[in-house]
Amino acid sequence: MVRRHTISLLVENRFGVLARVAGLFSGRGYNIESLCVAETTDPTVSKMTIVTSGDDQIIEQIIKQLRKLIDVIKVTDLTTTEHVERELVLVKVNAAPEHRAEILRTVDIFRAKIVDVSPSAYVVEITGDEGKIGAFIELMKPFGIRDIARTGKVAMARTAKKREQEGTRHVA
Amino acid sequence: MTGARIFLEALKREGVREIFGIPGGAVINIYDELHKDSELFHILTRHEQGAVHAADGYARSSGKVGVVLVTSGPGATNTVTGIATAYMDSSPIVVFTGQVPTSMIGNDAFQEADIVGITRPCTKHNYLVKDVKDLPRVIKEAFYIARTGRPGPVLVDLPKDVITASANVKFPDHIELRGYKPVLEGHVKQIRKALDIILASSRPVLYTGGGVIWSSAAADLTKFARKLKIPVTNTLMGLGGFPGDDELFMGMLGMHGTYAANMAVTHSDLIIAVGARFDDRVTGKVEEFAPEAKIVHVDVDPASISKSVKVHVPIVGDAKRVVRRLLEELKNVPQKEIRAFQKRTAEWRKKISEWKETQPLRYNRSKTRIKPQYVVEKLYELTGGDAIITTEVGQNQMWAAQFFKYKQPRTFITSGGLGTMGFGFPAAIGAQVANPGKVVVDIAGDGSIQMNIQELATAVQYRLPVKVFILNNRFLGMVRQWQHLFFDKRYSETCFGVLPDFVRLAEAYGAVGLRATRPDQVENVIKKALDVNAPVLVDFVIDREECVYPMVPAGASLKDMLLV
Ligand SMILES: Cc1ncc(C[n+]2csc(CCOP(=O)(O)OP(=O)(O)O)c2C)c(N)n1
Repeated sequence: MVRRHTISLLVENRFGVLARVAGLFSGRGYNIESLCVAETTDPTVSKMTIVTSGDDQIIEQIIKQLRKLIDVIKVTDLTTTEHVERELVLVKVNAAPEHRAEILRTVDIFRAKIVDVSPSAYVVEITGDEGKIGAFIELMKPFGIRDIARTGKVAMARTAKKREQEGTRHVA
Repeated sequence: MTGARIFLEALKREGVREIFGIPGGAVINIYDELHKDSELFHILTRHEQGAVHAADGYARSSGKVGVVLVTSGPGATNTVTGIATAYMDSSPIVVFTGQVPTSMIGNDAFQEADIVGITRPCTKHNYLVKDVKDLPRVIKEAFYIARTGRPGPVLVDLPKDVITASANVKFPDHIELRGYKPVLEGHVKQIRKALDIILASSRPVLYTGGGVIWSSAAADLTKFARKLKIPVTNTLMGLGGFPGDDELFMGMLGMHGTYAANMAVTHSDLIIAVGARFDDRVTGKVEEFAPEAKIVHVDVDPASISKSVKVHVPIVGDAKRVVRRLLEELKNVPQKEIRAFQKRTAEWRKKISEWKETQPLRYNRSKTRIKPQYVVEKLYELTGGDAIITTEVGQNQMWAAQFFKYKQPRTFITSGGLGTMGFGFPAAIGAQVANPGKVVVDIAGDGSIQMNIQELATAVQYRLPVKVFILNNRFLGMVRQWQHLFFDKRYSETCFGVLPDFVRLAEAYGAVGLRATRPDQVENVIKKALDVNAPVLVDFVIDREECVYPMVPAGASLKDMLLV
């Protein structure tokens, strides 16, 4: 069964590492739905979050092949563990006078933000998981989406300790 | 010390004695330094591809890392086929390429090529050195990565300014790679589980590949197979990993495998795979591969396990260490149980003997035409099997695999994974460099040999007494065979309109050229070739339309073999 997986990688922060990871996916015919990469608190290490899809066997191969790369330090399939995921999206939506109130209400409900206003359009910033973002985009569609920019997902495993976990769950 | 000097010192620290290569502007400073050095021996090949295959043959025949040095741009791009060949067959080589100065990288400078980008998918790892101070560490890492775990090629790109810069450097004694920690010891619980399953089986087959050769596990594996009397089949890459003349040996399996090996796998209830990767040329139609068998799979590369077939007992680890551990565990098994196992499996071995007897490897003998199989058989007979055989690709490769019995690891050297025509001859040169006293023979086709024929000059220059046996059918034979069997004999572009006179060609290079056109000449010509202490090229004019059998058509199930 083909499923979507979120894979988190710790990699050496060196030039060429992104090319190695991306090349592995293209060379072996795996698809990348999104890929995010940035430095961690340790400047020699970067963190990548990759969203990909495949059946169990393909995902197993992807993970094993990633682990084989010398510059890859750690690979975690977050899909199989408790984790949080977020994506940031900028949506430029038509803001005809008769629709503005409704757009603003929806933005409010979703705890999104208007970050730019022009006579005919708003740029909305929204953060959330896949479900929330999908729902928001669906609601914006009828007004006319002019442009959209997405960061791709970042993700992190939840802390294993029970109490801490409970504490962080709502904040996220 | 200059970068060039550091480079040579670092090589020596890795135990390097020989380098295969061709100079050029980007590496001229290294070559200048090499000129003053009496410890390192450089073999000047006539093509960079030849240099890489030679280093590869050196590695495969000795287990040591092969080293290549070439210039930037075309020198570097010429190495790509060789690197990909080594990559597919897990051969440890380190290729050093010159590069334009760091300040010019990316400017389309003269003889610039992004060789690190080009070889990323066909190296185990590669480096661009940007600072002379990194050189000692990078070189140490490169050799370490090449030879450990699942071995493979590593490329190091050396910009000219890094080579000419000077620095005070320390050579590290050890290195730390946090992203690279190959698992070598197999999980003991899994090993015990494997042994239990083995002892409970009735129709076991040991299926072993190149991993057994690379990890030097052949002797222990042979011991294990003999102790339990388990029949053995080898992949193409695994030949020599079990004595070819042992009665437990069934020959190679797969597309051109023996009837016995393919039938045994098909009817087996337990496949014990060691250092083999269930390649499509081995499994045939994968859904019908070993349909009744459970599978134990030992491999140092976790990604090879459960890649194409489902595995019941995976063991990640070095083949030698795992097999040693199996032997240890076997000591705890009561003799009675071992005897019971041998008794229970006796019927299975009898069945296999019947398959071997009813359908042995065979060919139609001829008094008038030279059969290629006959040449290989005679070579085996006259050398007593004591030789290193390399091959080109095609029919010659399969006949060399089928009709010569390999008794020792590292005596059969072939491009299995990539199937690179032109590999065998330079590989033979490398094998001869690593094994000066040994008989080294490249079993070749008339097509393949033309792909690196220029290396005759190398063999002559360095007095390497390599023999090349061309099984000359004036065809791109293996492709012709497919056209014969599956395309109604439409021989599209497989018949050579022109071929050189190989005997005169050899002589032009200063080598010895011999020819046999009749079966009764074969023995004498081989003897003569083996007697001469010089490179010899022998042109065996063979029966043109001979085919390799058995053959499992591509995509068919192993049991559906075409027989002679
Ligand atoms: C570099 C390369 N090009 C093309 C092929 C495809 N190919 C596979 S076997 C073969 C024919 C080889 O002919 P020859 O060397 O004469 O050997 P024979 O099969 O006749 O023994 C060809 C063209 C290949 N394997 N490698």
